[in-house]
Amino acid sequence: MKRKEWCTVISQDELTSGIYSMWLEAKDMASEAQAGQFLSVYCNDGARLLPRPISLCEIDKEKGLLRIVYRVAGKGTYELSELQAGDRVSVLGPLGNGFPLTKAEGRTVFLIGGGIGIPPMVETAKQLNAEKKIIAGYRDRNLFLTEELENAGEIYISTEDGSKGTKGTVLDAVRLEGLKGDIIFACGPTPMLRAIKAYAAEHEMECYLSLEERMACGIGACLACVCQSRDVDSHAHIHNKRICKDGPVFEASEVEF
Amino acid sequence: MNTKVNIAGVEFKNPVTTASGTFASGEEYSEFVDLNRLGAVTTKGVANVPWTGNPTPRIAEVHGGMLNAIGLQNPGMEVFCKRDIPFLRRYDTKIIVNVCGKTTEDYCKVVERLSGEDVDLLEINISCPNVKEGGIAFGQQPKAVEAITREVKKYAKQPVIMKLSPNVTDIGAMAKAAEAGGADALSLINTLTGMKIDVDRRTFAVANRTGGLSGPAVKPVALRMVYQVAQAVGLPIIGMGGIATTEDALEFLLAGATAVAVGTANFYNPYATVEIVEGIEAYMKKNKIDDIQELIGAVR
Repeated sequence: MKRKEWCTVISQDELTSGIYSMWLEAKDMASEAQAGQFLSVYCNDGARLLPRPISLCEIDKEKGLLRIVYRVAGKGTYELSELQAGDRVSVLGPLGNGFPLTKAEGRTVFLIGGGIGIPPMVETAKQLNAEKKIIAGYRDRNLFLTEELENAGEIYISTEDGSKGTKGTVLDAVRLEGLKGDIIFACGPTPMLRAIKAYAAEHEMECYLSLEERMACGIGACLACVCQSRDVDSHAHIHNKRICKDGPVFEASEVEF
Repeated sequence: MNTKVNIAGVEFKNPVTTASGTFASGEEYSEFVDLNRLGAVTTKGVANVPWTGNPTPRIAEVHGGMLNAIGLQNPGMEVFCKRDIPFLRRYDTKIIVNVCGKTTEDYCKVVERLSGEDVDLLEINISCPNVKEGGIAFGQQPKAVEAITREVKKYAKQPVIMKLSPNVTDIGAMAKAAEAGGADALSLINTLTGMKIDVDRRTFAVANRTGGLSGPAVKPVALRMVYQVAQAVGLPIIGMGGIATTEDALEFLLAGATAVAVGTANFYNPYATVEIVEGIEAYMKKNKIDDIQELIGAVR
């Protein structure tokens, strides 16, 4: 069940320049959360009304904790980055549908994260019972979450400037390393997801993508965060799926973006 | 303690409803609030055929508010009648269906279709700033407001609420025009046309270039217009525009609104509607007000 509640910040760390990691105490949300879902995190400044949708990086059901890793992109996320252990923050969640973990069981799965699309791959990788090839794409040498990803499977790194790993994109790393797999789970910037969708089609791989769009409500009512769909959707009956409620994870051929 | 209000012969158990387009048809919010607690639910706009809406990004946050340019995406009246009305009828709340169209004929088709359905009131959206045809084009000239009201009324079995635009010079004139056309009630305000530019991307923050401004930032404008309209016409008014708290709702009632609608606040506080219902009850109890009528229009 989705709920909005005040959560206590357990810890806050800057992982690398502008990328922050926050653990939150959220017992009920943690008990229900799934890899690939997201939280809507609210600002305390009343001038900023709308929540910031942020994907779950790790879920600790035993301790009732959730981890989010986010990039400071504007005033809202800057405000979030200023919070310290013991502070409280209003959160709505868990929201959306996660990656279909059972579809990857016993198979070789590419877990591809680009930039701030890397965090959801941590929990997804931890939960997957499969041969995992994790491909993480960064801008430059300011890497983050690599230790967590290494602990969960084989990791391959690409950087846009070539300062670490393969120079280029995540798919350059896939090609250079000669990686082969059955199924893809990916999250990251839209051009990366477009390229992965094309790669999956070319290599006849099953592919699931986590999309992003500006949201207001986060629960499927406002119709801000739509993406075009191949089939007429069940809610609006017009080829427009709601990323917050019908996604954010979609089977690649299901959506046009 | 009596919290009942009457809008054009339809009795609401309390004066709180939802603003169209912010609550869908209630299903998503029923996970957070008991819809039975609301005086009425106002649905998202429904057209005669499905509408795709505008490209994304469809929203942007601004100081104390937001811009939206959803473009009235909706599944069309057939799906709406089959799915949304039966859903809402499971609850003890009145149903206000918001009607949108591109031409007068479009509006009339929806109104005619709904005349045979179990809904309590129709709200005619002649004021959406985000669609090129229809919407606001009808809501900015008194003659057009009067003409479309008169036309729609011919097909309506339920009372008709005309939803007015704030993007006009004289809101009182629009209200009088709707009254002259036979409107049974008015709702106001719809969103104010606004703009935001993304300086990093050097482009418009919403794909439609302009969007409708809503949220707490618009409340003083909305309240002023509700007050002016309450002085200008005798019709019951559903007041809306930045209502997020009990105090906001009470201000609108005191300014002359018979009911109030909660809009953008739902997006950042999904419990807002019921909190306001409870807040009004608590205010009446604390101030020993037996009948909510004592509050309506009490500030002149």
